[in-house]
Amino acid sequence: MSAGRPRTQRLSGWGAYPVERCEVYRPERSRDVRDVVTAPAVRHVIARGQGRAYGDASLNAGAAVLDATRLERVLGFDADSGVLHCESALTLSEIIDLFLPRGWFFPVTPGTKFISVGGAVAADVHGKNHLRDGSIGRHLDELTLVLADGERVTCSPQIRPELFWATIGGMGLTGVILDAKIRLKRVETAWVHGRTERTRDLDETLERVIEGDRLHGYAVNWIDCVTRGRHMGRAVLLRADEAPLDTLPAKHRAAPHRIAPPVPLVVPFRLPSRVLNRYTMRVFNELVYRAHRPGASLANYQSYFYPLDAVHHWNRIYGRRGVLQYQIVVPTEQARSAMKQIIGRITDARRASFLGVIKTLGDQGDGLLSFPRPGLTLSLDFPYTGPELIHLLRELDDLVLDAGGRVYLAKDACVRAEHVPLMYPNLERFLAVKKQVDPEERFSSSLSRRLGLTRPA
Amino acid sequence: MNAPIVILGATSAIGQAFARIVAERGHDVVLCARCEVEAERSARDLEVRYGVAASALGFEATGDAADPLWFERLRARCGGGFGGVFIAHGAMCEESDARRDSTLTARMIDTNLTSVAQVLERFAPELEAAGQGFVCVVSSVAGDRGRASNYLYGASKAGLQALASGLRARLARAGVRVVDVRPGFVDTSLTWGRPGVFLAAAPARVARDAMRAIDRDRAVVYSPFFWRWIMTIIRWLPDSIFKRLAL
Repeated sequence: MSAGRPRTQRLSGWGAYPVERCEVYRPERSRDVRDVVTAPAVRHVIARGQGRAYGDASLNAGAAVLDATRLERVLGFDADSGVLHCESALTLSEIIDLFLPRGWFFPVTPGTKFISVGGAVAADVHGKNHLRDGSIGRHLDELTLVLADGERVTCSPQIRPELFWATIGGMGLTGVILDAKIRLKRVETAWVHGRTERTRDLDETLERVIEGDRLHGYAVNWIDCVTRGRHMGRAVLLRADEAPLDTLPAKHRAAPHRIAPPVPLVVPFRLPSRVLNRYTMRVFNELVYRAHRPGASLANYQSYFYPLDAVHHWNRIYGRRGVLQYQIVVPTEQARSAMKQIIGRITDARRASFLGVIKTLGDQGDGLLSFPRPGLTLSLDFPYTGPELIHLLRELDDLVLDAGGRVYLAKDACVRAEHVPLMYPNLERFLAVKKQVDPEERFSSSLSRRLGLTRPA
Repeated sequence: MNAPIVILGATSAIGQAFARIVAERGHDVVLCARCEVEAERSARDLEVRYGVAASALGFEATGDAADPLWFERLRARCGGGFGGVFIAHGAMCEESDARRDSTLTARMIDTNLTSVAQVLERFAPELEAAGQGFVCVVSSVAGDRGRASNYLYGASKAGLQALASGLRARLARAGVRVVDVRPGFVDTSLTWGRPGVFLAAAPARVARDAMRAIDRDRAVVYSPFFWRWIMTIIRWLPDSIFKRLAL
């Protein structure tokens, strides 16, 4: 058995920045993963699922990428406990398509369902329900990895827990995630009761987010970081709770887990960069603010949880230059003052950000490099306009660090290596585990080298 | 509906895709592949997704195709009857390697042609007796006319085409359909990283084309369809021109 030939591809993350030339292997059988990992021609390798991390997490400039997308089989499902055993390239979208009709939903709801289980574990994704339900790490029973020596190992909170918790949020650096066992969540219906509110300014936004998010199962709040002056930081607060069967209107009660799939829109090509600028974004922000009327509504899971997924390739609106996503969390104690500083700085810099999202995060999980911690998280998209943007983000990094917060590595493309130990206090423990299972640093990526988690090439 | 469909080469990309199509229609399946453990994983996938009975059986083409004991094991696994058989196993090695090393040549032709001929001779009387079912082989456009760049592979696939054609004539009066699917380039490990590959079709598309051809009882189907026209031209080219082309 051999690894097969690689294909040279220019790869990028979802943000189309950076773009790097990588040697891509695509094994079709689970046992071929071992051949790729141990191939003599492969010195460094990182696994890649759907490539939806924004930055360079699944890139390996001049080195190998293991495209895992063909390894997407369901290996078992326990209809009593809801435990799904599957290969790691199965996507959340496919899981929802298969199991929602049977009354089960994915336990966390990140911004898109077009991510692989492996990617979700490697980034320890969280969703609109983090406060109540935690990140995906809380719902994992077991992982099977292929390590640097080609061996297949299983780990869980009971079996090799240090490897388990290093892999969750570990950005693929402990090994290739082959299989996972996930506890799905039983849901009575595919619907949620939504509650929309609007705030007028940043103070009111922070107040209502901190007080109100915790009263609901799901909360995501769209924040305006373009408007300056009095209404800076105004927001649309979108909260929701699962809709029990008896609260559904009659027409849905007969088939409570079924919804009509949306007619997909698609952005067919990358838009010219002039289309998205300060002015169009200001108009967009205004329109979105006005379009959301306060009140209650019934929404299906597709439109509440995954509105962006209805527009395929929506990242193409950012054109050739791409987008930098910046997601941070600041601890509760500092949240108000830190957010005011950060949002003030962004609005002052007149850096238009299309989709600003702010929400509350709850308890930190046990993943060593996991991002969530109790506090407020803010995510922003910045069209990539040049190095001065990176300069701004690094200024923001300083503000975040001062407040005791951190940046989400699954979105990152420019954090400096020296900041990582400050942001992730468990870094030493993570590196110790990695050294044990991967002493030659076979698993490395452009991200790991940039952040100093592995040696330079 | 009850007699299982047998898929040889079930863990190949086309084999997997076809297995999903028939399982979605409610057919039970038996997945045969060199690595039984891998085929087991595929079987579990079909069971959970579609609620059909799926099982795995090891199948090493060059050995088992001629082995009556293997066929007995398969027949027992299928509960006595076969709904149909889909042949998706095959080998493609570097032409340059095969030209140097005659054992590679032999292995490629044995896997792609000889084993198929042997195993189909076991299936044929069973399907004839049942008076229903199908046989689907996956040959290739490479078999339409031998080209300088890959005639050893092409030879093995050309043989399959004649095999399918003759078998179709034999089994027609028994009401058994025989289909020859001829893909061009398919996006699988066989073409990954290979230069000169163009218009590579998704394995699912080839599987769908195969299913449609079985449904409609077509003798030969090209996948995707445009290869029919490309190969018509290639086959028509007079030798004086063909031998000058760098194909």
